[in-house]
Amino acid sequence: MAVILTVENLKTQFRIEGGLVKAVDGISFHINEREIIGLVGESGCGKSVSMLSIMQLISTPPGEIVDGKVIFDGKDLLKLEAKGAEMRSIRGSKIAMIFQEPMTSLNPTLTICRQLTEMLELHLGMDSQASRKRGIELLKLVGISDAETRVDDYPHQFSGGMRQRVMIATALSCNPRILIADEPTTATDVTTQAQLLELMKDMVTRFNASLVIVTHNLGVVARYAQRIYVMYAGRIVESGNSKDIFGAPRHPYTIGLLKCVPRLDEALDRKLVPIPGMPPNLIRMPPNCAFLPRCQYHIERCMQEPWPELREVGNQHYVSCYINTQEKQ
Amino acid sequence: MTQPSIAIKDFTVAPPRITSWQRFRRAFFSRWIVIIGLVILLVMMFTAIFAPWLAPYDPYKQDLSSPLLQPCKAHLLGTDGLGRDTLSRVIYGSRTALLIGFAVTGVAVIVGMVLGLCAGYFGGVVSMFIMRFIDALMSIPMILLALVIASVLGGGLKNVIIALSIGTICPYTRIMNGLVLSIKQNDYILAERAMGASDSRTMFSHILPNAFQPIIVMITMQLGFLILAEAGLSFLGIGIEPPFAAWGSMVNDGYQYLMTNPALSFAPGICIMLVVFAFNMVGDGLRDALDPRLRGMF
Repeated sequence: MAVILTVENLKTQFRIEGGLVKAVDGISFHINEREIIGLVGESGCGKSVSMLSIMQLISTPPGEIVDGKVIFDGKDLLKLEAKGAEMRSIRGSKIAMIFQEPMTSLNPTLTICRQLTEMLELHLGMDSQASRKRGIELLKLVGISDAETRVDDYPHQFSGGMRQRVMIATALSCNPRILIADEPTTATDVTTQAQLLELMKDMVTRFNASLVIVTHNLGVVARYAQRIYVMYAGRIVESGNSKDIFGAPRHPYTIGLLKCVPRLDEALDRKLVPIPGMPPNLIRMPPNCAFLPRCQYHIERCMQEPWPELREVGNQHYVSCYINTQEKQ
Repeated sequence: MTQPSIAIKDFTVAPPRITSWQRFRRAFFSRWIVIIGLVILLVMMFTAIFAPWLAPYDPYKQDLSSPLLQPCKAHLLGTDGLGRDTLSRVIYGSRTALLIGFAVTGVAVIVGMVLGLCAGYFGGVVSMFIMRFIDALMSIPMILLALVIASVLGGGLKNVIIALSIGTICPYTRIMNGLVLSIKQNDYILAERAMGASDSRTMFSHILPNAFQPIIVMITMQLGFLILAEAGLSFLGIGIEPPFAAWGSMVNDGYQYLMTNPALSFAPGICIMLVVFAFNMVGDGLRDALDPRLRGMF
């Protein structure tokens, strides 16, 4: 499968009063055509910031992309001006993003029609008649019933799940190559989550696009993602196919995450095993492995050597760890 | 197969839709007090437009032989110290009031909103320059500011409008700046930028519509204040000087005769009161009618 987006050593930092927050500290990943990948990690690990960095949507006074390359369509996106016309033409039409909160993602003073057609008129140059027709088609595709009349309604007349569907329709309206879904289901209930994820999978298959699901919910990516990247404290600590990550996790963090999830096939009274400790302060990062204080497998080497580089432990399966956790389990 | 007792098709018909205009009409005219306000405004505008045909006398014509008459058949509201008919002056005064109100508001709102939008959206140096300038301007009481500007430029209608506009820009800029700062944080603004919207599109098509409501309320509050501010200026000798018929200056002129000829002050005074009330009610109604969130109620 062809690679459509490559991120090399992306580093994004925020300068705040207390110091320099290294939100993204050198991550590299790639996205193939027509693929669904999952980016997993807890709150504050840098998943959303890395996605915003790709689109150059970081607010530049406190934030700054200090290093790295984002290669898309043969160009390094980070070399383009953030507010320039070229970058703006890529956003929305080649790489689209949907956000976590459906309740606030739509402009309350504009009709759905206006918000759908704006992208079409802006990027594809359609006139208002054609874009309205296309907008209604898209609404039907995402499952909004009575689309011809609903298209003139305002966001507050839709429920959260429906608004998220409208967001998906808007994002896909210009046939982007990549759709980035930033915690798309965190704010919805479980049944709506399932519907939205199925819808997203359907849509990207139909539009031949790739999907990046950013989430802290392993269950969401287990079913849909083909490859998964696990992030911790601004770096990728494990990456691989879904089967490998879930079947044979190697990094102590991933192992810990999977242990946190209750299983259907075990005793009801098994105690839940959380990962002890807290995520590190991103301003005062230690030189060695950031997971060390919480790691139950650690050895002497972990305390002395710097944060481990990713090394290959299986087919396309990379881990940033000095220990072979397989033998310890 | 037996037919179901309730035909399926009865439930597949969508409820009747109403258009935006119908919705607006329903919302705006739902309260009788808003309608009263609108009627007063319409009467005032009608009077202002058709003043020459409605006024029984020339408002500037002095009749020194019949000064300070009480209301009588010939002069329904009496005459002032120089024998000019009060009723005619009140009618012509509506012109000045409307002119000052709309002209000053128009200039101030447009300039103020654009400045506020830029300051709030771009932040940094731009915001610093604009807002500190506005802060300095605002630290001078508006009447004093208008006084200084009007005395530099000279009195007269045009200069009063300029003088009042400069002072009125400040609250609009401030409000707009604050609104933009909070609207900017919303997810949908980020979503717009993620769709490739440029700065100007984001500012004018997305942030601005969300800022309208408080601005409309502010406009209606300011309009009454402007009429009063003009009166203050006239009192201090700058501004619309007699013989120009303006309600504010009429109230001040008639003040000295309050005990003997109350109509001289009360007539224009009541007009000011009615107009301010009318603007406030209409502004209220507009705000409720334009709020997309309250649409469900109508």
